[in-house]
Amino acid sequence: MTSVQPPATNQSASSSKPSVSVKSIILTIGAVAIVIFSLAPVLWELLTSIKTNAAITADPLVYFPSWNQYTLQHYIDLFQDGFYIYIFNSALVAVVSTVLCLCIGSPAAYALARLKLPGERIILAVVLVVTLFPYILLFLGLLEIVRALGLANNYLALIIPYTAINLPLTILAMRSFFQQLPRDLEDSAKIDGYSTLGMLVKIIIPLTLPALVTTGILAFIFAWNEYIFALTFITRESMKTIPVAAAQLAGTTLFDIPYGPLAAATIVGTLPLIFLVLFFQRKIVQGLTAGSVKG
Amino acid sequence: MSNLEIKHLNKTYSSKIVPVRDMSLAVEEGEFLTLVGPSGCGKSTTLRMIAGLEQPTKGQVIINDKDVTHVRAGDRDIAMVFQSYALYPHMSVYENMASGLKLQGMNEREVRDRIEEANRVLGLDDFLNRKPAQLSGGQRQRVALGRALVRRPAVFLLDEPLSNLDALLREQVRADLKQIFEKQSAPVVYVTHDQTEAMTLSTKVAVLNKGDIQQLDSPSTIYNRPANQFVAGFIGSPQMNLLNLNCENNQAVLGNSRIPLPDRFVPPPEVVLGIRPEHLQIATSEDTQTVSGQVFLVENLGMSNLLSVRVNGSDHLTLRALLPSDQSWDEQITLTLPTERIHWFNMQTGERLPDSTTEREMTTTR
Repeated sequence: MTSVQPPATNQSASSSKPSVSVKSIILTIGAVAIVIFSLAPVLWELLTSIKTNAAITADPLVYFPSWNQYTLQHYIDLFQDGFYIYIFNSALVAVVSTVLCLCIGSPAAYALARLKLPGERIILAVVLVVTLFPYILLFLGLLEIVRALGLANNYLALIIPYTAINLPLTILAMRSFFQQLPRDLEDSAKIDGYSTLGMLVKIIIPLTLPALVTTGILAFIFAWNEYIFALTFITRESMKTIPVAAAQLAGTTLFDIPYGPLAAATIVGTLPLIFLVLFFQRKIVQGLTAGSVKG
Repeated sequence: MSNLEIKHLNKTYSSKIVPVRDMSLAVEEGEFLTLVGPSGCGKSTTLRMIAGLEQPTKGQVIINDKDVTHVRAGDRDIAMVFQSYALYPHMSVYENMASGLKLQGMNEREVRDRIEEANRVLGLDDFLNRKPAQLSGGQRQRVALGRALVRRPAVFLLDEPLSNLDALLREQVRADLKQIFEKQSAPVVYVTHDQTEAMTLSTKVAVLNKGDIQQLDSPSTIYNRPANQFVAGFIGSPQMNLLNLNCENNQAVLGNSRIPLPDRFVPPPEVVLGIRPEHLQIATSEDTQTVSGQVFLVENLGMSNLLSVRVNGSDHLTLRALLPSDQSWDEQITLTLPTERIHWFNMQTGERLPDSTTEREMTTTR
C-alpha cells in the first residue's frame, strides 16, 4: 500500500517531472508479482540444477549462491549416464504421434467441415464424448490391449494411444479453422485450374499452417509430458521417455534423493518445449487470430 | 467468337428444394447478361453450374459450341469473380493474378505482359507486391477483376461482385466495370440482386424467381413492358403501383374513377392495374383519365417527393406518386394516369394481358 499516494504523485507531476500515474505503478507491481509467482518454481528448479550438492542441502536456504557454489556437474552426470537416449525416445514418440495426429485429424476435420456428411452431428458428438473419458480409466483397458497385441516395450505402444488421445482435439480445432476458411477460395482455385492435390498444397496448407502448428504443438506437449502410459507400457531401460527416466533417477543410497540431477533432468526435459513454442510463437498467434481473409 | 448456352438446366436437391427448375438461355459474343432476382431465386446456383462448381441434375452447359456439362471447372475456359473477392491471402497481388496463367503453362514473360496490360485498365501498378490484406475493399475487387481479365476466357462469370463495397464505391466500380467489359467481347454473365446494376450494366437481363426465368429481354423492355406482375414489381424503384381492381363493363373501378380497359382483350371480372410512381402526374384540366385521393405520407427523396395517396372511394387502395420536388400539391390531389403507361395483368396468373396492335407497332419501331 505504500505506493498509493495520489497527492505526492500529483505534486511531482506539477514540479515538471514526467508524471507516473498510480495506476501504472500498481499495474507494474501486479505484473511482476504474477510473473514471480508463476515462474518461481521453474527458477528454483533451474537454480537447483546449477548448485553444488552442498549448496542444495545447506540449512539456511541458499537463494543467491556465491561463485564457488555453481556447478554444471549435474548436467554432466546426467549425460554421462546416457540421458540423451531418453530425449531421443521422447522426441521420437512425440514427433511421430503429432505428425500422425495431424495427418489423420486434418482430413477428417476437412471432411466434417466441408462435405455435407450424413450423421455429421453424431460423428462430432462421438468425437467430443471421447475427450470426456478420464484417461486413467482408459488405461486399464489399454494395458490389456497392449499385452494382447504384444506391443509392450515397443514405441508403438505409446505412439498409438497418444495419437488416439490427441485426435479429438485435433479434429475439433482444425474443423473450426476449416469452417472459417472461405469456401470461395477453394472454388476460385478450382476455376483457376488447380487439381485437388495442387489446391491442397498451394492454397489450403499454406493457409492452415498456423492452425496446424497450434494444434500440433498442443499434441506434442501432451505426448512429451505423458507419464503413466510411458511408465507402464515401456519397461526396457533404453526405451524410456524423459518423464519416466527423470522420475526414476536414483541416488547412491535408498534415502538419498538426487535433487541436483532431478532438477537438471527437469530443465533438460522442459527446454525443447520452450524452444518449440518460442520458435513457432508467431504462427501460434496467427493461428489464434486466424480467419481474417475477407476483412 | 465465343458463346455460352444453357439448355434446360435443372438442379434438384430434394423434391422440395429445387433451386433451379428449367433454365434455358444463350449469351453471344459481346453480350452482357445479368441474372437478377430476389434471394433464393436460383441465380447463384445457375452461375455455379455454368462455372462447373455445381453439377446440374439435368440439362446441358455449352461453351463455344462444346458440351462442357461434365468438364471440370478448370478446363472450361471461364473466369469468375466472387462476392468475397476470394483472393489467395498468402500470395501477392501479382501472384494472385498470375496463378491461373501459370497453371495453363504460360511462360513468365507472357504472364508479365498480360498482367501489365490488365493493369493499364485497372491501375494496380503500385500494389503488385502487396498482399490482399493490405488493400482496401475497392482495390481487392479490382485485383479479383484483374485475375479474371488476364485469363482472357471464353466466358466471364461475376457473382455479385459489388455487394461487399459501400454505396459510394459501388457506383464508381459499377461505372468502371461497364467500361472494362465494353472494351472486350467475351460474353459476360453477371449475377446480382440489385436492379440498378442489372439495368445499368447489361445488354440483356434475365429476371428470375423461384428457379424459373420470368422474363429475358433488354433492360428497357423489362422496364417498359414487364412480362408479368412479378417482374413489374421487382424492377423499378420505387416499386410499381399494383392494384387489384374489379371490372364493370369495359372499365376498371378505381375508387370513384373508371379507367377504360383497352378493347384488345375480353374484359375479365377482376384485373391488376400497374403504373410506375414516376409516371403519375398531377392532373391538369385537360386530362380525362384521372383519380383523386388524399395524401397521407410524403417521403422526401431529395430530387423528388414520394407521395402516398389514399384513393377516394376505396380506402384500401393506395397509389404512390413520384413528383419533382419543386412541384407543390394539395392535401386533396388529383392524379392523371397516362394510358400508354398503364400495364394490365391477369389477376390469376399474373401474366401481362395482350397488347393492342397499335402499341405493338410502337415498340417494334422504337
